[in-house]
Amino acid sequence: MNTTQTPLPAGNGFLSGTLPILIAAAIFVFFAGLIPTVAQGDVAQWSVPWIPSLGVEFAFLIDGLSLTFALLISGIGTLILLYSNTYLAGHPQYARFSLFLTLFMLSMLGLVLADDLIVLFVFWELTTITSYLLIGFSHTAEKSRRNALQALFVTGAGALAFLAGLILIGFAGGTTSISGIIAQGDVLRDHALYLPIFILFLCGAFTKSAQVPFHFWLPNAMAAPTPVSAFLHSATMVKAGVYVMARMHPSLAGTDIWLWTLTIFGALTAVFASILALRQTDLKQALAYTTLMALGTLTMLLGHSSGYMMTAFVTFLITHSLYKAALFLVVGCIDKSTGTRDANTLGGLGRVMPLTALAAALAALSMAGLPPFIGFIAKELAYAGSVGAASSPVFVTVMALAANALMFAVAGIVALRPFWVAPGGTYTREPAEVPWQMWMGPLLLAGLGTVFGLVPALIQGPFINSTVAGLMGAGADPKTLKLWAGFNLPLYLSLSTFALGLLLYLSHVKMRRGLEAVFTRVPSLDRGWDSFLAGLKALAAWQTGVIQNGSLTFYLAATFSTIAGGLILTMMISGMPFIEVNFEGLTWKTATISVLVAAGAILTTVTNSRIAAVAALGVVGIGIALMFIVFSAPDVAITQLLVETLVVVLVAVVMLRLPAMTRLEFNAKHAAISGAMGATMTVIILAVLSTPLNRRLSDYFEIASWPDAYGRNIVNVILVDFRALDTFGEVAVVVVAALSAYALLRTTKGPAA
Amino acid sequence: MEPLLAITIGVLITCSVYLMLSGHLLRFIFGLVLISNAANLTIFVAGRLTEGAPPLIPEGADAPLGEVANALPQALVLTAIVIGFGLFAFAIVLVFRAWTSLSTLHPDEMELAEPNYGAHAKATKLALKKDTTQ
Repeated sequence: MNTTQTPLPAGNGFLSGTLPILIAAAIFVFFAGLIPTVAQGDVAQWSVPWIPSLGVEFAFLIDGLSLTFALLISGIGTLILLYSNTYLAGHPQYARFSLFLTLFMLSMLGLVLADDLIVLFVFWELTTITSYLLIGFSHTAEKSRRNALQALFVTGAGALAFLAGLILIGFAGGTTSISGIIAQGDVLRDHALYLPIFILFLCGAFTKSAQVPFHFWLPNAMAAPTPVSAFLHSATMVKAGVYVMARMHPSLAGTDIWLWTLTIFGALTAVFASILALRQTDLKQALAYTTLMALGTLTMLLGHSSGYMMTAFVTFLITHSLYKAALFLVVGCIDKSTGTRDANTLGGLGRVMPLTALAAALAALSMAGLPPFIGFIAKELAYAGSVGAASSPVFVTVMALAANALMFAVAGIVALRPFWVAPGGTYTREPAEVPWQMWMGPLLLAGLGTVFGLVPALIQGPFINSTVAGLMGAGADPKTLKLWAGFNLPLYLSLSTFALGLLLYLSHVKMRRGLEAVFTRVPSLDRGWDSFLAGLKALAAWQTGVIQNGSLTFYLAATFSTIAGGLILTMMISGMPFIEVNFEGLTWKTATISVLVAAGAILTTVTNSRIAAVAALGVVGIGIALMFIVFSAPDVAITQLLVETLVVVLVAVVMLRLPAMTRLEFNAKHAAISGAMGATMTVIILAVLSTPLNRRLSDYFEIASWPDAYGRNIVNVILVDFRALDTFGEVAVVVVAALSAYALLRTTKGPAA
Repeated sequence: MEPLLAITIGVLITCSVYLMLSGHLLRFIFGLVLISNAANLTIFVAGRLTEGAPPLIPEGADAPLGEVANALPQALVLTAIVIGFGLFAFAIVLVFRAWTSLSTLHPDEMELAEPNYGAHAKATKLALKKDTTQ
C-alpha cells in the first residue's frame, strides 16, 4: 500500500449500505427457490384486481423466461450493491444512490414478472425514470445531466409508441392479460391491426434496447457511475426491450415482416456497434458498444423461430449478462485502482491486481467465445441457428461472424492489454488490488460463466428448456448445450472467428486511426441530437414570439378575427340561415334615431379630438335611450340616461389628467376585421329575428306579476322578485368595481411627468 | 323595423372593434362603451320591438290588457347596462392608473408584465447559436 492513496472507508452504514444488499440477496434466494417448480415446466401465477372496470389485474407470472431474468436481475443486483457499497464508500449521496438502485431493481423485477400489459407498461416507465435518475447521479456535471435527459427522451418517446402498441394489443386480443393473449395463438398475427401493433411495439423495444438508429443514447448513458452501467446498461435494463420481444414472441413472431425487420436491424446494430467498439480507447465506452452488439445479436436471434435460434437466444442472454457485468465491474476496479480507463495508458496490472485480472480473463474468454466457456456454446448455437436461418442463412451467418470476430478483438483490448501488456503511459497513482467486495462480484460472475461452460446441464434444465418451451409453445425443441458437437459447420465458423478476431486484435491500433478518420467525417446522430434540441428550443422561442408577442392589439385582432371567422365558417357549414328582411312599421322617428346613433359611433371613431369623441359618445348613448323610450321600455331608458351621464362625466374628469389623443392612422387590416365583425353580427341578428319568438317566460311573468308578487311594473318585478338573485349579483359587481377603482386611485401618486 | 336596428348594431360593432384595435387606451375605452351599447341593443331587439305599450299592469287588472312589450329582455338589459357601467368605470380608472404609473396610453409600449417577445425570441436564437458553435 502506498501512502498517497487514502484508505477506502469500509462502507456506508447499515441502512443505506448493507440493508439493500440483504434485500437483493433475499429476493435472489426467493427466486432460486422457485427453480425446481419452473424446471418441471410449471408456472407460478399471482394476481389481484386493479382496475376491474377495464379488466386490468395486478397480475404476475413466473415461467422460464421471467425466472431467468429475475435471477439475473436479483443476483447481479446483489453483487452490484455489494460492489457499490465499497466503490462509492463515503459518498455523501450514497443513500440516494442505493435507493435509486434498489428501486430500479424492483421496477425491473416487476417488468419481467408482469402478466398484464398495463402493469408491464407501468414498470417499463419506472425503469425509464429510475434509469434517468441513475445516469444523472453526478448531477453537478453538465454532461451527465444532458446524457440522462437524452436517455429519458429517447426511451420515453419510444415508451409512448410502446403504450399505444400495448393498447392495440389489448384491443386486438380482447384482454390485457399477457398469458391470456398468448393462449389465443394467432389472434394478433391474423388481426387487421397487426402492422400498427408491430411498428409501435418495436418502436418501444428498439429504443429501450438501443437498436440502430436509436443506439446513440446508450454509450452516453455511461456517464453513470460504473456499477450502474454494469447493472442497467449491460445486464438488465437495456434487455427490457429484448425481454418484451421475447415475451410477445409467441404471439407476434413468425411473420415475414417480424423475421426480416428484427434480422436486419439486429444484424446492423451488432456489426455497426462492434466496429464502433473497436474505435474506443475508453474501456467503458468500448464495453458500452459491445453491449449494443449483444443487444443486436439477441434481436437478430429473436427474429427467427427455430429451436437452435431460441436456444441460442437464451444461452447468449445468460452468457452476456454474466460476462458483461463482470467486465464492467472489472473496469470499475481498474478505474478505482489506477485513476484511468484509457486503453492506451493501461497495462501491466496482472501482477498488481491478480484477482481482478483472473475475473477479467475468465469473463473475456467467455466473451471471445473460446472453449470451454459458456460463450463458446452460445456462439456455436448461434452459428447452428444461422446456417439454417429462415431469413437468409448467408446474410445472418456473415453478420454473426463479423460481429463475433470483432467481439473477440474487443475482448482482447479490454481484458488482455490492461493486465498483461506493458503500460503505454504512467499512472498518476500506484495501482493496488481492490478490496474483496469489489473483486468478488466480477470473479463470481465470470466464474459462473466458466462453470456453466464446463457443466452446461446446470442451466439446461431450469432455464434453457423451460424458456424455450415458453417461447415456442407446444412444438418446442430446445437443443442440448454441449462443448463438443463434433466436426460441423459451426465449429469451422468458430475457428474462422478466432482467426479473424486475432487478426483484428493485432491490427486494431492501426484500424482505430482509420476508423477515427472515417467517423469524424460522417454525421453522428449524437451531434444531430444536440442540433435537434437546439432547433426545438429555437422553434419554441420563435413561435412564442409570433403567437405571444406581448402586443395587446395583436391579441385583440386575433380574438376578433377568430370570432368573426368562426361565426362565418359555422354559417357556411350549416348553411346560410333563413333571413327575412321586413322594414314594415318603419317611422321617421326611429329612422332618425338610428341615423343619429350610427353617426355618433362613426364620429367617435374618426375624430382625433377628445371633446368631439365624448360628445359623439353622448349622442350614441342618448340615441339608444330614445330608442328604449320609443319601444316601450321607460325603465331601461331612465337607467341608460343616468348611466350615459355618468359615463360622460367620468370620461371628462379622467381626460383632464390625460394627454391629448394621437392621430389615428387608417389601418386597412383592422378595418376589415371590424367590418367583418359588424356585418356578421347584423346577419346573425337578422337570422335570429327571422325565427319565431318563444314568449313562454314573458307570458308567465305577465300573468304572475300581480297575483304572485303584487307589482304592476313587470320589469321591476322581474328584477326584484323573480330574478332577485341576479340583481343582487349585479349590485355586488358594481360594489366590487367601485372598491377596486377606489383602491387603484388611493395608491396613485399623482400624474407622472 | 327590426332590420334597421340590426344594421345600426352592425355599425356600432364595426366602430367599437376598430376603436379597440386602435392601440390607444382612450379609444379602447370608447370602443368598450360602444360595444356594451351594441350588446344591450342586441338583447333588446332579440325580444322584438313593440311601440307604445310598456309592460305594465293597469290598476284593477291581474294581467296586462292586450299585447305589451316583452318584459324579459328589458329586465336583462337593465342589469346589463349597470354591469357594463361597472366595467367601464373600473376600466377607465385602470387606464388612468396605467398612465400615472407608465406614462403611456399605448398598451403595446407597456412591457412590464410581458417583455417584448419579438425581441426576446431573437435574443434566445442568438444565444442558442452561440451555444452550438462553441
